[in-house]
Amino acid sequence: MNFLGMIGRVVLDFLAGAGRLGLFAFHALSHCLRPPYYFRHIASQAVNIGYYSLPVVGLTAVFTGAVLALQIYEGSSRFNAESAVAGIVVIGFVRELGPVLGGLMVAGRVSAAMAAEIGTMRVTEQIDALSTLSTDPFKFLIAPRLIAATLMMPCLVLIADIIGVSGSFVLSTNKLGFNPGSYLKTTFDYLEFDDVISGLVKAGVFGFFIALMGCYHGYNSKGGAQGVGVATTNAVVSASILILFSNYIVTELFFSQ
Amino acid sequence: MTGVAKISLKGVKKSFGKKVVLDGVDLEVQKGESVVVIGGSGSGKSVLIKCILGILKADEGSIAVDGQDMAALSRRQRQEVLSRFGMLFQGAALFDSLPVWENVTFGLLAQKRIRRRDARDKAMEVLQRVGLGSDVADLNPAELSGGMQKRVGLARAIAASPDIIFFDEPTTGLDPIMADVINHLIVERVKDLGATTITITHDMASVRKIADRVAMLYKGRLIWVGVKDKIDRSGNPYVDQFIHGRAEGPIRMEVLKA
Repeated sequence: MNFLGMIGRVVLDFLAGAGRLGLFAFHALSHCLRPPYYFRHIASQAVNIGYYSLPVVGLTAVFTGAVLALQIYEGSSRFNAESAVAGIVVIGFVRELGPVLGGLMVAGRVSAAMAAEIGTMRVTEQIDALSTLSTDPFKFLIAPRLIAATLMMPCLVLIADIIGVSGSFVLSTNKLGFNPGSYLKTTFDYLEFDDVISGLVKAGVFGFFIALMGCYHGYNSKGGAQGVGVATTNAVVSASILILFSNYIVTELFFSQ
Repeated sequence: MTGVAKISLKGVKKSFGKKVVLDGVDLEVQKGESVVVIGGSGSGKSVLIKCILGILKADEGSIAVDGQDMAALSRRQRQEVLSRFGMLFQGAALFDSLPVWENVTFGLLAQKRIRRRDARDKAMEVLQRVGLGSDVADLNPAELSGGMQKRVGLARAIAASPDIIFFDEPTTGLDPIMADVINHLIVERVKDLGATTITITHDMASVRKIADRVAMLYKGRLIWVGVKDKIDRSGNPYVDQFIHGRAEGPIRMEVLKA
Protein backbone atom coordinates (compact mmCIF):
# COMPACT_ATOMS: atom_id res chain seq x y z
CA MET A 1 0.00 0.00 0.00
CA ASN A 2 2.81 2.35 0.94
CA PHE A 3 4.59 1.42 -2.26
CA LEU A 4 1.52 2.37 -4.33
CA GLY A 5 1.20 5.59 -2.38
CA MET A 6 4.80 6.38 -3.12
CA ILE A 7 4.28 5.82 -6.85
CA GLY A 8 1.18 8.03 -6.72
CA ARG A 9 3.08 10.81 -4.99
CA VAL A 10 5.89 10.67 -7.55
CA VAL A 11 3.41 10.79 -10.44
CA LEU A 12 1.46 13.66 -8.88
CA ASP A 13 4.68 15.60 -8.16
CA PHE A 14 5.81 15.07 -11.74
CA LEU A 15 2.50 16.26 -13.16
CA ALA A 16 2.43 19.28 -10.85
CA GLY A 17 6.00 20.15 -11.88
CA ALA A 18 5.15 19.76 -15.58
CA GLY A 19 2.13 22.01 -15.08
CA ARG A 20 4.21 24.66 -13.31
CA LEU A 21 6.85 24.53 -16.05
CA GLY A 22 4.17 24.74 -18.75
CA LEU A 23 2.63 27.83 -17.18
CA PHE A 24 6.06 29.40 -16.73
CA ALA A 25 6.95 28.71 -20.38
CA PHE A 26 3.62 30.10 -21.60
CA HIS A 27 4.01 33.24 -19.49
CA ALA A 28 7.62 33.68 -20.64
CA LEU A 29 6.72 33.16 -24.31
CA SER A 30 3.92 35.69 -24.10
CA HIS A 31 6.45 38.26 -22.87
CA CYS A 32 8.82 37.35 -25.74
CA LEU A 33 6.08 38.13 -28.25
CA ARG A 34 4.81 41.37 -26.69
CA PRO A 35 6.66 44.69 -26.60
CA PRO A 36 8.30 46.52 -24.95
CA TYR A 37 11.66 44.81 -25.44
CA TYR A 38 14.82 45.48 -23.47
CA PHE A 39 17.15 45.57 -26.47
CA ARG A 40 20.26 46.34 -24.41
CA HIS A 41 19.65 43.24 -22.31
CA ILE A 42 18.92 41.08 -25.35
CA ALA A 43 22.19 42.26 -26.93
CA SER A 44 24.27 41.64 -23.79
CA GLN A 45 22.74 38.17 -23.37
CA ALA A 46 23.40 37.45 -27.06
CA VAL A 47 27.07 38.32 -26.58
CA ASN A 48 27.25 36.22 -23.44
CA ILE A 49 25.50 33.19 -24.93
CA GLY A 50 26.84 33.41 -28.47
CA TYR A 51 30.27 34.98 -28.40
CA TYR A 52 31.52 33.62 -25.07
CA SER A 53 30.34 30.08 -25.89
CA LEU A 54 32.34 30.04 -29.13
CA PRO A 55 35.58 28.62 -27.65
CA VAL A 56 33.90 25.68 -25.91
CA VAL A 57 31.60 24.91 -28.86
CA GLY A 58 34.44 25.37 -31.39
CA LEU A 59 36.81 23.05 -29.53
CA THR A 60 34.08 20.43 -29.15
CA ALA A 61 33.30 20.68 -32.87
CA VAL A 62 36.87 20.44 -34.15
CA PHE A 63 37.75 17.35 -32.10
CA THR A 64 34.42 15.65 -32.73
CA GLY A 65 34.72 16.28 -36.48
CA ALA A 66 38.20 14.75 -36.50
CA VAL A 67 37.19 11.73 -34.41
CA LEU A 68 34.08 11.19 -36.55
CA ALA A 69 36.20 11.07 -39.72
CA LEU A 70 38.63 8.65 -38.10
CA GLN A 71 35.89 6.32 -36.83
CA ILE A 72 33.90 6.30 -40.06
CA TYR A 73 37.07 5.69 -42.06
CA GLU A 74 37.97 2.72 -39.85
CA GLY A 75 34.43 1.31 -40.02
CA SER A 76 33.84 1.88 -43.72
CA SER A 77 37.23 0.40 -44.69
CA ARG A 78 35.88 -3.00 -43.54
CA PHE A 79 33.64 -3.08 -46.62
CA ASN A 80 35.70 -0.85 -48.91
CA ALA A 81 33.44 2.20 -48.57
CA GLU A 82 36.12 4.75 -47.53
CA SER A 83 34.89 7.22 -50.14
CA ALA A 84 31.70 7.71 -48.11
CA VAL A 85 33.61 9.35 -45.22
CA ALA A 86 33.11 12.95 -46.36
CA GLY A 87 29.39 12.51 -47.00
CA ILE A 88 28.65 10.68 -43.76
CA VAL A 89 30.67 13.15 -41.69
CA VAL A 90 28.92 16.20 -43.08
CA ILE A 91 25.43 14.74 -42.80
CA GLY A 92 26.06 13.32 -39.33
CA PHE A 93 27.59 16.53 -38.13
CA VAL A 94 25.14 19.02 -39.60
CA ARG A 95 22.03 17.03 -38.74
CA GLU A 96 22.95 15.62 -35.35
CA LEU A 97 26.31 16.13 -33.74
CA GLY A 98 26.61 19.88 -34.30
CA PRO A 99 23.28 20.81 -32.72
CA VAL A 100 23.26 18.14 -30.01
CA LEU A 101 26.85 18.44 -28.81
CA GLY A 102 26.75 22.24 -29.19
CA GLY A 103 23.47 22.29 -27.27
CA LEU A 104 24.81 20.11 -24.46
CA MET A 105 27.97 22.20 -24.12
CA VAL A 106 25.99 25.46 -24.07
CA ALA A 107 23.52 23.91 -21.60
CA GLY A 108 26.41 23.22 -19.23
CA ARG A 109 27.72 26.75 -19.53
CA VAL A 110 24.66 28.93 -20.02
CA SER A 111 21.84 27.13 -18.18
CA ALA A 112 23.99 26.88 -15.07
CA ALA A 113 25.00 30.54 -15.25
CA MET A 114 21.41 31.70 -15.76
CA ALA A 115 20.09 29.56 -12.90
CA ALA A 116 22.84 30.79 -10.58
CA GLU A 117 22.37 34.46 -11.48
CA ILE A 118 18.57 34.50 -11.35
CA GLY A 119 18.57 32.20 -8.30
CA THR A 120 20.87 34.58 -6.45
CA MET A 121 18.63 37.48 -7.46
CA ARG A 122 15.67 35.54 -6.06
CA VAL A 123 17.21 34.74 -2.67
CA THR A 124 18.60 38.28 -2.24
CA GLU A 125 15.16 39.77 -3.03
CA GLN A 126 16.40 41.49 -6.21
CA ILE A 127 13.48 39.98 -8.15
CA ASP A 128 11.02 41.37 -5.58
CA ALA A 129 12.80 44.71 -5.92
CA LEU A 130 12.19 44.66 -9.68
CA SER A 131 8.46 44.31 -9.07
CA THR A 132 8.47 47.31 -6.73
CA LEU A 133 10.27 49.38 -9.41
CA SER A 134 7.54 49.05 -12.05
CA THR A 135 9.45 46.32 -13.89
CA ASP A 136 8.07 42.90 -14.72
CA PRO A 137 10.78 40.31 -13.95
CA PHE A 138 9.59 38.18 -16.87
CA LYS A 139 10.01 41.09 -19.25
CA PHE A 140 13.34 42.23 -17.80
CA LEU A 141 15.07 38.95 -16.91
CA ILE A 142 13.43 36.02 -18.64
CA ALA A 143 12.36 37.28 -22.09
CA PRO A 144 15.79 38.73 -23.09
CA ARG A 145 17.49 35.44 -22.19
CA LEU A 146 14.97 33.33 -24.08
CA ILE A 147 15.12 35.54 -27.17
CA ALA A 148 18.92 35.74 -27.14
CA ALA A 149 19.43 31.99 -26.64
CA THR A 150 16.88 31.05 -29.32
CA LEU A 151 18.52 33.39 -31.84
CA MET A 152 22.16 32.71 -30.96
CA MET A 153 22.13 28.91 -30.83
CA PRO A 154 21.55 28.52 -34.62
CA CYS A 155 24.45 30.94 -35.25
CA LEU A 156 26.67 28.97 -32.88
CA VAL A 157 25.70 25.66 -34.44
CA LEU A 158 26.31 26.97 -37.96
CA ILE A 159 29.83 27.95 -36.90
CA ALA A 160 30.24 24.60 -35.11
CA ASP A 161 29.20 22.78 -38.32
CA ILE A 162 31.84 24.63 -40.32
CA ILE A 163 34.52 24.01 -37.69
CA GLY A 164 33.53 20.35 -37.28
CA VAL A 165 33.62 19.63 -41.01
CA SER A 166 36.91 21.53 -41.24
CA GLY A 167 38.30 19.31 -38.46
CA SER A 168 37.35 16.19 -40.39
CA PHE A 169 38.74 17.73 -43.60
CA VAL A 170 42.13 18.47 -42.02
CA LEU A 171 42.37 14.96 -40.53
CA SER A 172 41.14 13.19 -43.65
CA THR A 173 43.46 15.02 -46.02
CA ASN A 174 46.54 14.93 -43.79
CA LYS A 175 46.25 11.57 -42.07
CA LEU A 176 43.91 9.42 -44.11
CA GLY A 177 45.24 10.39 -47.53
CA PHE A 178 42.12 11.97 -49.05
CA ASN A 179 42.49 14.42 -51.91
CA PRO A 180 41.41 17.88 -50.64
CA GLY A 181 39.49 18.80 -53.79
CA SER A 182 37.53 15.57 -54.04
CA TYR A 183 36.85 15.57 -50.25
CA LEU A 184 35.27 19.01 -50.50
CA LYS A 185 33.35 18.09 -53.66
CA THR A 186 31.90 14.98 -51.99
CA THR A 187 31.02 17.03 -48.92
CA PHE A 188 29.03 19.58 -50.93
CA ASP A 189 27.49 16.93 -53.20
CA TYR A 190 26.11 14.98 -50.26
CA LEU A 191 24.92 17.94 -48.21
CA GLU A 192 21.34 19.06 -48.80
CA PHE A 193 19.57 22.23 -47.81
CA ASP A 194 17.18 20.35 -45.52
CA ASP A 195 20.11 18.92 -43.56
CA VAL A 196 21.31 22.40 -42.67
CA ILE A 197 17.83 23.75 -41.95
CA SER A 198 16.89 20.84 -39.68
CA GLY A 199 20.11 21.33 -37.71
CA LEU A 200 19.45 25.05 -37.30
CA VAL A 201 15.82 24.51 -36.27
CA LYS A 202 17.03 22.00 -33.69
CA ALA A 203 19.56 24.55 -32.46
CA GLY A 204 16.84 27.19 -32.03
CA VAL A 205 14.67 24.73 -30.07
CA PHE A 206 17.64 23.71 -27.92
CA GLY A 207 18.50 27.37 -27.28
CA PHE A 208 14.95 28.00 -26.08
CA PHE A 209 15.05 25.01 -23.71
CA ILE A 210 18.51 25.91 -22.40
CA ALA A 211 17.36 29.41 -21.43
CA LEU A 212 13.96 28.20 -20.23
CA MET A 213 15.49 25.68 -17.82
CA GLY A 214 18.08 28.13 -16.53
CA CYS A 215 15.44 30.79 -15.93
CA TYR A 216 12.79 28.42 -14.54
CA HIS A 217 15.03 26.81 -11.94
CA GLY A 218 16.69 30.09 -11.01
CA TYR A 219 13.38 31.93 -10.71
CA ASN A 220 11.92 29.26 -8.44
CA SER A 221 15.00 28.67 -6.31
CA LYS A 222 14.73 29.10 -2.55
CA GLY A 223 16.69 28.54 0.60
CA GLY A 224 19.91 30.51 0.14
CA ALA A 225 23.18 29.24 -1.29
CA GLN A 226 22.16 25.60 -1.15
CA GLY A 227 18.93 26.36 -3.02
CA VAL A 228 20.86 28.17 -5.74
CA GLY A 229 23.22 25.17 -6.03
CA VAL A 230 20.28 22.79 -6.43
CA ALA A 231 18.70 25.11 -9.02
CA THR A 232 21.95 25.18 -11.01
CA THR A 233 22.26 21.39 -11.05
CA ASN A 234 18.60 20.92 -11.96
CA ALA A 235 18.87 23.47 -14.75
CA VAL A 236 21.77 21.67 -16.45
CA VAL A 237 20.26 18.20 -16.01
CA SER A 238 16.78 19.16 -17.21
CA ALA A 239 18.11 21.24 -20.12
CA SER A 240 20.25 18.28 -21.25
CA ILE A 241 17.33 15.85 -21.03
CA LEU A 242 15.04 18.24 -22.91
CA ILE A 243 17.68 18.68 -25.62
CA LEU A 244 17.92 14.93 -26.17
CA PHE A 245 14.15 14.49 -26.03
CA SER A 246 13.33 17.39 -28.37
CA ASN A 247 16.10 16.21 -30.71
CA TYR A 248 14.12 13.04 -31.28
CA ILE A 249 10.85 14.96 -31.79
CA VAL A 250 12.33 17.43 -34.29
CA THR A 251 14.14 14.64 -36.19
CA GLU A 252 10.90 12.72 -36.37
CA LEU A 253 9.05 15.79 -37.66
CA PHE A 254 11.67 16.53 -40.33
CA PHE A 255 12.65 13.14 -41.62
CA SER A 256 9.92 10.59 -40.89
CA GLN A 257 8.03 9.76 -44.06
CA MET B 1 -8.62 60.33 12.43
CA THR B 2 -10.95 61.04 9.54
CA GLY B 3 -11.10 60.43 5.79
CA VAL B 4 -10.06 57.47 3.74
CA ALA B 5 -7.04 55.66 5.12
CA LYS B 6 -3.96 55.69 2.87
CA ILE B 7 -3.51 51.96 3.43
CA SER B 8 -6.23 49.74 4.81
CA LEU B 9 -5.95 46.03 5.60
CA LYS B 10 -9.00 44.03 6.60
CA GLY B 11 -8.86 40.41 7.68
CA VAL B 12 -5.73 39.63 5.66
CA LYS B 13 -4.80 35.95 5.84
CA LYS B 14 -1.87 34.16 4.30
CA SER B 15 -0.68 30.58 4.74
CA PHE B 16 2.15 28.57 3.24
CA GLY B 17 0.93 24.99 3.15
CA LYS B 18 -0.28 24.22 6.66
CA LYS B 19 1.71 27.06 8.23
CA VAL B 20 -0.53 30.05 8.93
CA VAL B 21 1.60 33.21 8.72
CA LEU B 22 -1.05 35.95 8.72
CA ASP B 23 -4.28 35.09 10.51
CA GLY B 24 -6.62 38.01 9.94
CA VAL B 25 -4.61 41.24 10.07
CA ASP B 26 -6.54 44.52 10.35
CA LEU B 27 -4.61 47.77 10.07
CA GLU B 28 -5.26 51.30 8.89
CA VAL B 29 -2.48 53.74 8.10
CA GLN B 30 -3.40 57.39 7.59
CA LYS B 31 -1.79 59.74 5.08
CA GLY B 32 1.61 60.95 6.26
CA GLU B 33 1.67 58.52 9.16
CA SER B 34 4.62 56.32 10.07
CA VAL B 35 3.57 52.91 11.38
CA VAL B 36 6.17 50.48 12.64
CA VAL B 37 5.26 46.79 12.80
CA ILE B 38 7.29 44.91 15.38
CA GLY B 39 7.46 41.20 16.05
CA GLY B 40 9.91 38.35 16.40
CA SER B 41 11.73 36.66 13.57
CA GLY B 42 9.34 34.57 11.50
CA SER B 43 6.25 36.34 12.83
CA GLY B 44 5.10 37.29 9.31
CA LYS B 45 6.21 40.93 9.16
CA SER B 46 7.88 40.65 5.75
CA VAL B 47 4.96 38.61 4.42
CA LEU B 48 2.61 41.41 5.48
CA ILE B 49 4.53 44.00 3.45
CA LYS B 50 4.87 41.65 0.46
CA CYS B 51 1.10 41.12 0.48
CA ILE B 52 0.52 44.89 0.37
CA LEU B 53 3.04 45.24 -2.47
CA GLY B 54 1.38 42.41 -4.39
CA ILE B 55 4.57 40.31 -4.42
CA LEU B 56 2.56 37.71 -2.49
CA LYS B 57 -1.17 37.19 -2.91
CA ALA B 58 -3.23 37.20 0.30
CA ASP B 59 -5.45 34.13 0.70
CA GLU B 60 -8.28 36.13 2.27
CA GLY B 61 -9.16 39.66 3.26
CA SER B 62 -8.81 42.97 1.46
CA ILE B 63 -5.95 45.42 0.96
CA ALA B 64 -6.88 48.94 -0.13
CA VAL B 65 -4.68 51.89 -1.04
CA ASP B 66 -6.43 55.29 -1.09
CA GLY B 67 -9.70 53.39 -0.79
CA GLN B 68 -9.03 51.30 -3.93
CA ASP B 69 -9.17 47.56 -3.38
CA MET B 70 -5.91 46.26 -4.88
CA ALA B 71 -7.50 42.94 -5.86
CA ALA B 72 -10.16 44.71 -7.95
CA LEU B 73 -7.70 46.75 -10.01
CA SER B 74 -6.74 45.91 -13.58
CA ARG B 75 -3.10 45.08 -14.29
CA ARG B 76 -2.44 48.60 -15.59
CA GLN B 77 -4.19 50.33 -12.66
CA ARG B 78 -2.30 48.12 -10.26
CA GLN B 79 0.99 49.02 -11.93
CA GLU B 80 0.07 52.67 -11.58
CA VAL B 81 -0.58 52.30 -7.84
CA LEU B 82 2.65 50.34 -7.40
CA SER B 83 4.61 53.09 -9.14
CA ARG B 84 3.77 55.32 -6.17
CA PHE B 85 5.42 52.85 -3.76
CA GLY B 86 9.04 52.82 -2.64
CA MET B 87 10.69 49.96 -0.79
CA LEU B 88 13.93 49.54 1.12
CA PHE B 89 14.70 45.83 1.38
CA GLN B 90 16.38 44.13 4.33
CA GLY B 91 19.57 43.34 2.39
CA ALA B 92 19.12 46.45 0.20
CA ALA B 93 18.51 44.09 -2.80
CA LEU B 94 20.61 46.23 -5.13
CA PHE B 95 21.06 44.90 -8.66
CA ASP B 96 24.58 43.42 -8.82
CA SER B 97 24.80 43.80 -12.58
CA LEU B 98 24.26 47.58 -12.53
CA PRO B 99 26.40 50.39 -11.14
CA VAL B 100 25.10 52.39 -8.18
CA TRP B 101 23.75 55.29 -10.27
CA GLU B 102 21.67 52.96 -12.45
CA ASN B 103 20.33 51.24 -9.35
CA VAL B 104 19.19 54.58 -7.94
CA THR B 105 17.37 55.70 -11.10
CA PHE B 106 16.11 52.25 -12.11
CA GLY B 107 12.47 52.97 -11.23
CA LEU B 108 12.49 56.40 -12.91
CA LEU B 109 13.93 54.92 -16.10
CA ALA B 110 11.48 52.01 -16.00
CA GLN B 111 8.57 54.45 -15.69
CA LYS B 112 10.13 56.61 -18.45
CA ARG B 113 9.99 59.62 -16.15
CA ILE B 114 13.52 60.70 -17.08
CA ARG B 115 15.72 60.22 -20.13
CA ARG B 116 18.73 57.97 -19.84
CA ARG B 117 21.16 60.82 -20.46
CA ASP B 118 19.67 62.77 -17.50
CA ALA B 119 19.62 59.74 -15.20
CA ARG B 120 23.18 60.07 -13.96
CA ASP B 121 22.69 63.67 -12.79
CA LYS B 122 19.45 62.69 -11.08
CA ALA B 123 21.22 59.79 -9.35
CA MET B 124 23.95 62.16 -8.05
CA GLU B 125 21.30 64.45 -6.63
CA VAL B 126 19.48 61.63 -4.84
CA LEU B 127 22.73 60.07 -3.59
CA GLN B 128 23.62 63.43 -2.06
CA ARG B 129 20.34 63.40 -0.16
CA VAL B 130 21.38 60.16 1.56
CA GLY B 131 24.86 61.45 2.34
CA LEU B 132 26.78 59.74 -0.46
CA GLY B 133 29.17 61.46 -2.84
CA SER B 134 29.57 61.16 -6.58
CA ASP B 135 32.55 58.84 -6.04
CA VAL B 136 30.24 55.88 -5.38
CA ALA B 137 28.09 56.41 -8.47
CA ASP B 138 30.13 54.17 -10.76
CA LEU B 139 30.92 51.47 -8.21
CA ASN B 140 29.20 48.11 -8.23
CA PRO B 141 26.97 47.39 -5.21
CA ALA B 142 29.32 44.55 -4.13
CA GLU B 143 32.08 47.13 -3.58
CA LEU B 144 30.05 48.99 -0.93
CA SER B 145 29.88 48.36 2.82
CA GLY B 146 26.57 47.23 4.37
CA GLY B 147 25.75 50.74 5.57
CA MET B 148 26.47 52.28 2.18
CA GLN B 149 24.35 49.62 0.46
CA LYS B 150 21.47 50.53 2.77
CA ARG B 151 21.91 54.21 1.86
CA VAL B 152 21.87 53.38 -1.85
CA GLY B 153 18.78 51.24 -1.22
CA LEU B 154 17.19 54.22 0.53
CA ALA B 155 18.18 56.48 -2.39
CA ARG B 156 16.54 54.03 -4.79
CA ALA B 157 13.40 53.90 -2.63
CA ILE B 158 12.98 57.70 -2.55
CA ALA B 159 14.24 58.55 -6.06
CA ALA B 160 10.79 58.51 -7.64
CA SER B 161 9.34 60.61 -4.76
CA PRO B 162 6.85 57.92 -3.75
CA ASP B 163 3.95 58.75 -1.46
CA ILE B 164 4.11 55.36 0.28
CA ILE B 165 7.40 53.81 1.41
CA PHE B 166 8.04 50.44 3.05
CA PHE B 167 11.14 49.77 5.10
CA ASP B 168 12.00 46.12 5.76
CA GLU B 169 14.38 45.82 8.71
CA PRO B 170 16.29 48.97 7.73
CA THR B 171 18.96 48.63 10.43
CA THR B 172 19.53 44.87 10.54
CA GLY B 173 23.20 43.97 10.31
CA LEU B 174 24.46 47.50 10.96
CA ASP B 175 26.46 48.79 13.91
CA PRO B 176 24.50 51.02 16.33
CA ILE B 177 25.98 54.26 14.99
CA MET B 178 25.31 53.41 11.34
CA ALA B 179 21.85 52.17 12.36
CA ASP B 180 21.14 55.57 13.91
CA VAL B 181 22.44 57.32 10.77
CA ILE B 182 20.03 55.26 8.64
CA ASN B 183 17.14 55.89 11.04
CA HIS B 184 17.89 59.61 10.96
CA LEU B 185 18.04 59.61 7.14
CA ILE B 186 14.72 57.76 6.96
CA VAL B 187 13.03 60.29 9.25
CA GLU B 188 14.46 63.28 7.34
CA ARG B 189 13.74 62.04 3.84
CA VAL B 190 10.24 60.83 4.74
CA LYS B 191 9.55 64.27 6.22
CA ASP B 192 10.78 65.91 2.97
CA LEU B 193 8.48 63.77 0.86
CA GLY B 194 5.51 63.84 3.24
CA ALA B 195 5.24 60.11 2.60
CA THR B 196 3.21 57.47 4.40
CA THR B 197 5.42 54.67 5.68
CA ILE B 198 5.23 51.18 7.08
CA THR B 199 8.44 49.92 8.66
CA ILE B 200 9.00 46.42 9.95
CA THR B 201 11.73 45.87 12.46
CA HIS B 202 12.69 44.28 15.74
CA ASP B 203 15.13 47.06 16.53
CA MET B 204 13.59 49.13 19.34
CA ALA B 205 15.92 52.07 18.63
CA SER B 206 14.38 52.28 15.14
CA VAL B 207 10.89 52.07 16.62
CA ARG B 208 11.52 54.97 18.99
CA LYS B 209 13.08 57.11 16.27
CA ILE B 210 10.81 56.39 13.28
CA ALA B 211 7.35 55.51 14.56
CA ASP B 212 4.19 57.54 15.03
CA ARG B 213 2.26 54.37 15.81
CA VAL B 214 3.45 50.87 16.63
CA ALA B 215 1.72 47.56 15.87
CA MET B 216 2.91 44.25 17.27
CA LEU B 217 2.48 41.11 15.17
CA TYR B 218 2.39 37.80 16.99
CA LYS B 219 1.23 34.46 15.62
CA GLY B 220 -0.21 36.11 12.52
CA ARG B 221 -2.33 38.68 14.37
CA LEU B 222 -1.79 42.27 15.46
CA ILE B 223 -2.02 41.87 19.22
CA TRP B 224 -1.39 45.53 20.08
CA VAL B 225 -1.60 48.79 18.13
CA GLY B 226 -0.94 52.16 19.74
CA VAL B 227 0.98 55.42 19.60
CA LYS B 228 4.72 55.19 20.18
CA ASP B 229 4.65 56.99 23.52
CA LYS B 230 2.32 54.39 24.99
CA ILE B 231 4.45 51.40 24.13
CA ASP B 232 6.22 51.40 27.50
CA ARG B 233 2.83 51.41 29.26
CA SER B 234 0.99 49.12 26.88
CA GLY B 235 -0.17 46.79 29.63
CA ASN B 236 0.32 43.96 27.19
CA PRO B 237 2.70 41.29 28.53
CA TYR B 238 3.71 40.22 25.01
CA VAL B 239 4.68 43.79 24.07
CA ASP B 240 6.48 44.24 27.39
CA GLN B 241 8.51 41.10 26.89
CA PHE B 242 9.39 42.05 23.33
CA ILE B 243 10.46 45.65 23.92
CA HIS B 244 12.60 44.65 26.89
CA GLY B 245 14.02 41.64 25.06
CA ARG B 246 13.38 39.19 27.89
CA ALA B 247 13.64 35.43 27.44
CA GLU B 248 11.04 34.91 30.16
CA GLY B 249 7.43 35.75 29.39
CA PRO B 250 4.41 34.65 27.38
CA ILE B 251 6.31 34.57 24.08
CA ARG B 252 8.02 31.22 23.85
CA MET B 253 10.69 30.89 21.22
CA GLU B 254 10.49 27.79 19.01
CA VAL B 255 13.85 26.61 20.36
CA LEU B 256 12.47 26.59 23.94
CA LYS B 257 9.48 24.48 22.99
CA ALA B 258 11.56 21.41 22.20
